[in-house]
Amino acid sequence: MSEITAAEQVGFPILSTLIFLPVVTMVALGFIRSDRVLRRVALGGAVAVLALSMLLVAGFHTGTADFQFAEQLPWVESMGLSYHLAVDGVSVLFVPLTALLVVVVILASWTSVRHQPKAHLMAVLAFETAAIGVFTSVDLILFFVFWELMLIPTYVLIKVWGIGPQRGRAALRYVLSMLLGSAALLVGFVLLGVGYRSAPGSGGALSFDLLVLMGSPLPAGSQGAVFFLLAFAFALKAPLFPFHSWMPAALLDGPIGMAVFLAGLKMGVFGFLRFVMPLVPDAFARHGWLIAVLGVVAVLYGALIALVQPDLRRLLSFASISHVGLAMLGLSSLNAQGLQGAIFLILNLGFVSTALLLVAGFIQQRVGSTDLAALGGLAQRAPALAAFALVAFLGAIGLPGTSGFPGEFLILLGAFRAHGWLAAIAVTTVILTAAYVLVYFERAFHGRVRSKVVGSTVDLRASEAITATVLGVMIIVLGFFPAAVLGFSSASVDDLVQRLGSSTTVVTTD
Amino acid sequence: MDVAGMTPLLALLVPVFGAAVVWLLRHRPPAREIGGIIAGLAQFAVVATMVPAVRDGGTVSFTLSTFLPGAPIELRADTLGVVLAGTAAILWVFTTIYAMGYFGTAPDPSLTRFHACLCLTMSATIGVAFSANLITLYLFYEALTIITYPLVAHAGTPEAIRGGRRYLAYQLGAGIAFLLPAIVLTYVEAGTFDFDPGGIFGPDSSSVLLVIIYVLFLLGIAKAALMPIHSWLPAAMVAPVPVSALLHAVAVVNVGVFCVIRVVLDVFGSDLVGELDLGLLTLVATSATILIASFYALRLDNLKGILAYSTIGQLSYMMLGVALLSPSGRAGAVLHLVGHSFSKITLFFAVGSIYLATHRTLASELRGIGRQLPLTMIAFAIGALSIIGLPPTVGFVAKYFLFVGAVEAGQWVILVVLSVSTLLSATYYLRILRSAVLDAPTLSLPGGPGDAAQPQRTPTVTERGFLVVGPMLATATVTLLLGIAPGRLLDFIRVLTG
Repeated sequence: MSEITAAEQVGFPILSTLIFLPVVTMVALGFIRSDRVLRRVALGGAVAVLALSMLLVAGFHTGTADFQFAEQLPWVESMGLSYHLAVDGVSVLFVPLTALLVVVVILASWTSVRHQPKAHLMAVLAFETAAIGVFTSVDLILFFVFWELMLIPTYVLIKVWGIGPQRGRAALRYVLSMLLGSAALLVGFVLLGVGYRSAPGSGGALSFDLLVLMGSPLPAGSQGAVFFLLAFAFALKAPLFPFHSWMPAALLDGPIGMAVFLAGLKMGVFGFLRFVMPLVPDAFARHGWLIAVLGVVAVLYGALIALVQPDLRRLLSFASISHVGLAMLGLSSLNAQGLQGAIFLILNLGFVSTALLLVAGFIQQRVGSTDLAALGGLAQRAPALAAFALVAFLGAIGLPGTSGFPGEFLILLGAFRAHGWLAAIAVTTVILTAAYVLVYFERAFHGRVRSKVVGSTVDLRASEAITATVLGVMIIVLGFFPAAVLGFSSASVDDLVQRLGSSTTVVTTD
Repeated sequence: MDVAGMTPLLALLVPVFGAAVVWLLRHRPPAREIGGIIAGLAQFAVVATMVPAVRDGGTVSFTLSTFLPGAPIELRADTLGVVLAGTAAILWVFTTIYAMGYFGTAPDPSLTRFHACLCLTMSATIGVAFSANLITLYLFYEALTIITYPLVAHAGTPEAIRGGRRYLAYQLGAGIAFLLPAIVLTYVEAGTFDFDPGGIFGPDSSSVLLVIIYVLFLLGIAKAALMPIHSWLPAAMVAPVPVSALLHAVAVVNVGVFCVIRVVLDVFGSDLVGELDLGLLTLVATSATILIASFYALRLDNLKGILAYSTIGQLSYMMLGVALLSPSGRAGAVLHLVGHSFSKITLFFAVGSIYLATHRTLASELRGIGRQLPLTMIAFAIGALSIIGLPPTVGFVAKYFLFVGAVEAGQWVILVVLSVSTLLSATYYLRILRSAVLDAPTLSLPGGPGDAAQPQRTPTVTERGFLVVGPMLATATVTLLLGIAPGRLLDFIRVLTG
């Protein structure tokens, strides 16, 4: 596996800039007193990161599976550690997605976060640094550092700015679940690094470098332990059934902003794509059926529970569990369609989940609740909000013409090829999704007005409408032009499929 | 860029512009409605320009985007597509004029929504008509479902919303549960989504899987209202008459039948359908639907209900024609697709006209109404004759070809089915006509001045203005013209009929 350096491509270490620009903004915020200036500076910093991430997208070479924009500095050489950043087709689009979500969260907090806005913005920016680090690190231990770093702002955001009465418990539960996963992750990584010692050509040295490890994978027989350790960690994060119990709590009691990150950035699925599949491919192929079964169970379980949720935020957390199950089904099919579909699906969820959570936030702010018991007839008072919600809901169903469709469709294609009957079960969930989504939409937005507050609700304000429009347009544009996104990942996915030793035919872009 | 190749895209976009114009002119009716009419005429003109290019089996295609590798969103106009698109476009114009008379032209937001949704419905219909592959078809098929929902639930009453919900549940449910897996499995088996006359499956495909795929298609294309996936159609009759007229006599149901024809001819191909006995399967399903729907309609008194079940039966005629796998059967099917649209919309227009003049919705209330509303009942009679299949209407010509097709295919049982169902539809339509023309008008208007007084004092009932009567007579005239001179249409579809 070769790489192209950032110096060749843009002439400066763009990934480091992306990671540390939010830190610079954080420091700047420390010197600002006025709330108004504070928010503007934070927004400016977030927009700058977004703009810079666009440069990353524009400069990316799509025809190759090589790692790009690479930069490497020695760190602890004796232990084989280095500060090594790079992106490939699998990871590159998660950087602009993260940057966009941060902008959305800052905009959404404009009027809704009154308590300690400075600390809130700093926590959001700290999260951005850690998240971009997670998506761009190709050194295992460096990845682990960013992975752990993410816990701190997440804990603080849920604990301090959560909106539910149980937010303290939700935050603690989240952190404990993640720490449990992290322990497994670290052990798995160390096993990989130590295992490299016995690889031919290692000279007895340790290495935690993804590219090096991909070059000489563990013998097929000794991949099992690493697979289960890493899979456990990433399944907890995803969250994949049955490791999902932190998710509804965090989404219900945490702030909308944090929920956007938790539901919009599917880092667990990304972990499978980034580390599990390339580093222990034989074990993944062997135990893929397990992932597939858990995925289908998650898909069904999430959808069935979502069907009976009267509260939008709880509904969304189970919908998210269901969608993750579908993505995992795609990964387990081991073919290009399934993998491409999974990547597209989780990118799409970045927009769709965010849009839906914003809808939840808008309703929460206006009515004080997202429970159906308090809603009804919202469309009469807030037609723009209703229209935005409809686009987001249709995206969640995966209706053709929205960004939800291509990913789902590709996953079904891949899954039907790999394991026919499981895919047939997964299809039923799409109907269940349509059912819970449309039932909620109809009861909340049409029908009888059930609370006084709804009667005096105001429609989207200009700033909210801009965010809504951006997300809505993205959902529709990606629905019609998915090839633009799929083109980024296709070369890397083809490479990964080969690694997985799958005999299925490789789809190439025209 | 190839300008001629852009025409399918133009046909798709004209109604979208139409919707924008409708919205911009929302405070200025009737300019709003006239905008819709102009868009309809423009769309018809665009579709008409494609006639020379496609009449000898040619196509006009345009690729919108590479959707998935190997599966572009591609528009490709061929004979069948132009037939569907042209029929829908011209009837859209008539429906818009009729709607001006039916609803009036108040600057009411719900009417703006109505006209805008009507435009977008046409766009989705054109999209289906010109789809070059299954992905594109599915995209526009589902778009049609979503965009027609506000039309079905137009009235906003709890009843309308219930009907709309049922409509949506059936359409989305069947689309996702059956049509989507059918498309996915087709790709898994054939390796392509592209329509191809003669079929896309290789010779070594598993026949069990092919049968499963075929059945999934038949169940998934709920818009064709094949039993048992039909009950959305009567439920959707909660919609106001102009909606029922355009959607549930023309756009939506024609799209359904069109998709089935595409699947039979361009996904499986006639040969494969015959080989696997899928034609026989389709004949059984459509025959059952035809007979059950006819018997059911016989028991109904509600005019729109009768028309709904009559439509369910007539749609199966078209699919039956294709499933006969004979040239005359196909000719009959396509002719019936066009002819039924004009005939059934005439009947809907007439029922709407009766409702406007008298607020009556039941067949048993129509005694003697022929003397009060002569034009309406003349149109109704022409439409009814065509649906029964009597000369000199287009329905007769279509049925003639279906009979010939059944003979060609050696399906004698089908001849019996067609005859029985013709008798049944003659019974329920002629019963209405007889009572309307021969019986004395004894009933009074409900709530009218004659209600409390003597029943002999009939209040004056007159036809509603030109905007209602005009479109109705126009579609009735086309029903007759196509019956008297079907030659040009038959000549145009000769590619299909071989």
